[in-house]
Amino acid sequence: MEIAALAFYFFAVIAIISAVFVTLSRHPVHSVLWLILAFISSAGLFVLLGAEFLAMLLIIIYVGAVAVLFLFVVMMLNVDFAALKADMAKFLPIGLLMGIIILIELGLVFGDWNFASNSLELRAAITPPIEDIHNTQALGLLIYDDFIYLFQAAGLILLVAMIGAIVLTMRHRTNIKRQNVMEQMSRDPSSALELKEVESGKGI
Amino acid sequence: MYEFFTNTYFGIFLFILGQCLAVTVCVLISLAFLMYADRKIWAAVQMRKGPNVVGAFGLLQSFADFLKYIVKEVVIPAGADKPVFLLAPLLAFILPVISWAVIPFNDGWVISNLNVAILYVFAIGSLEVYGVIMGGWASNSKYPFLGSLRSAAQMISYEVSIGFIIVGIILSTGSMNFGDIVRAQDGNFGLFNWYWLPHFPMVFLFFISALAETNRPPFDLPEAEAELVAGYQVEYSSTPFLLFMIGELMAVWLMCALMTLLFFGGWLSPIPGISDGILWFLVKMFMVFFMFAMVKAIVPRYRYDQLMRIGWKIFLPLSLAWVVIVGLFAQYGLFAGAYARWTVGG
Repeated sequence: MEIAALAFYFFAVIAIISAVFVTLSRHPVHSVLWLILAFISSAGLFVLLGAEFLAMLLIIIYVGAVAVLFLFVVMMLNVDFAALKADMAKFLPIGLLMGIIILIELGLVFGDWNFASNSLELRAAITPPIEDIHNTQALGLLIYDDFIYLFQAAGLILLVAMIGAIVLTMRHRTNIKRQNVMEQMSRDPSSALELKEVESGKGI
Repeated sequence: MYEFFTNTYFGIFLFILGQCLAVTVCVLISLAFLMYADRKIWAAVQMRKGPNVVGAFGLLQSFADFLKYIVKEVVIPAGADKPVFLLAPLLAFILPVISWAVIPFNDGWVISNLNVAILYVFAIGSLEVYGVIMGGWASNSKYPFLGSLRSAAQMISYEVSIGFIIVGIILSTGSMNFGDIVRAQDGNFGLFNWYWLPHFPMVFLFFISALAETNRPPFDLPEAEAELVAGYQVEYSSTPFLLFMIGELMAVWLMCALMTLLFFGGWLSPIPGISDGILWFLVKMFMVFFMFAMVKAIVPRYRYDQLMRIGWKIFLPLSLAWVVIVGLFAQYGLFAGAYARWTVGG
């Protein structure tokens, strides 16, 4: 067997096993840790495809930032897991029913899935020649040269979402004491300290 | 024999394994003496003697400490999440070790000559926060948990500005390979060709961010003993604690290597005419480490809100603005092309 195929099965099997454990583990923190393993295995699959840049971005963004936030939220949650487990029997039939319906729908869609005959060509037409240039550069050319407006529009949409989140959560409370950094930093000994000569045995 | 190591899978595997072992062992041994140097420098600043009993001048002190750590009993708290509790120090140790795979010690002396080497180091660096979070959470105790939350927030904040500083370097080089970055700093003027001159303000920003990223003083808030006992390490003892400590020191050593490669020309010689080589690389790394040790000795610890304010309100805007400035300088070839040393593409 080729080394590449061996590596593929290694990463793929680990990704699937860890994905299964994300749903099976009893504690949500363990689930997030398994999710991280799944992300890292997928990054390995990207490397095998020759997309090192995407692999590194997957690790930096998903594992290094998004999953850390997940972990924070999950660690702070104060949920009674025993009570949740007890409720499970009640909701199991509904959950199963929904799962089966989604499975049937997916089966119907993918059973009748057709590609346009020239779809591969259409996709290849915009790709820079990957034999000549590195995939990072190819990606940069696509994003910043060919589709710069779409890229900027996507950025704007994210910006709007961010402003919305800030507006929703920000409220100015007037009845609290605020920290004034400039005031703190401009304090010096002459204004904050007072030296007193204390006579022995007398006190102030 | 040569054929075996270059043509058969098993031979290549053995060859790479041998390289990895050689680098790891060298780095670990150097860490033992760095620990010693750190304590000696610290002692000298405070007019103490420092370690001076074990071996000549106390040179073997780190090995004695090492032995002491591994023969002690491993205590695992009853309420701890055992697998995660033991996984955390392993992660904290392994992640800095695997980063060394892409660090070139000399022209071509690198285990894996990755095209995205600098992103790889950055990605591994962004994983290092997990050792801290997992250790603090799995201890199932208040001080470690608070310490790990603090530390995680700190490491994530400073990663952002390190990332932007690295983007500036990548813009100037046009490549993410460490070899290309160092070769782009080669020139006729020796040390004045290195990136510290064109990227001057960023050298300091990177250095300070590296201090915060590796939890070194003055930013050692996760283990601020006056407030949090020892932060996320409270419940750790013996070998797991040793792994945390080695991991931390190795991350510092890695940051020294990164600074050397990004700003101080890697293995290039500072004076034109003198041959380049691994010796220069090691000397520069040690000089950066000396600065790390001096900062530890002379700067008082920061308050947490000050740390966060510097990270988000000063370093982040500055490094972001610097990316734009470097982009403009590189595009229009200002300063005799000092910002546009593209080795590939262009």
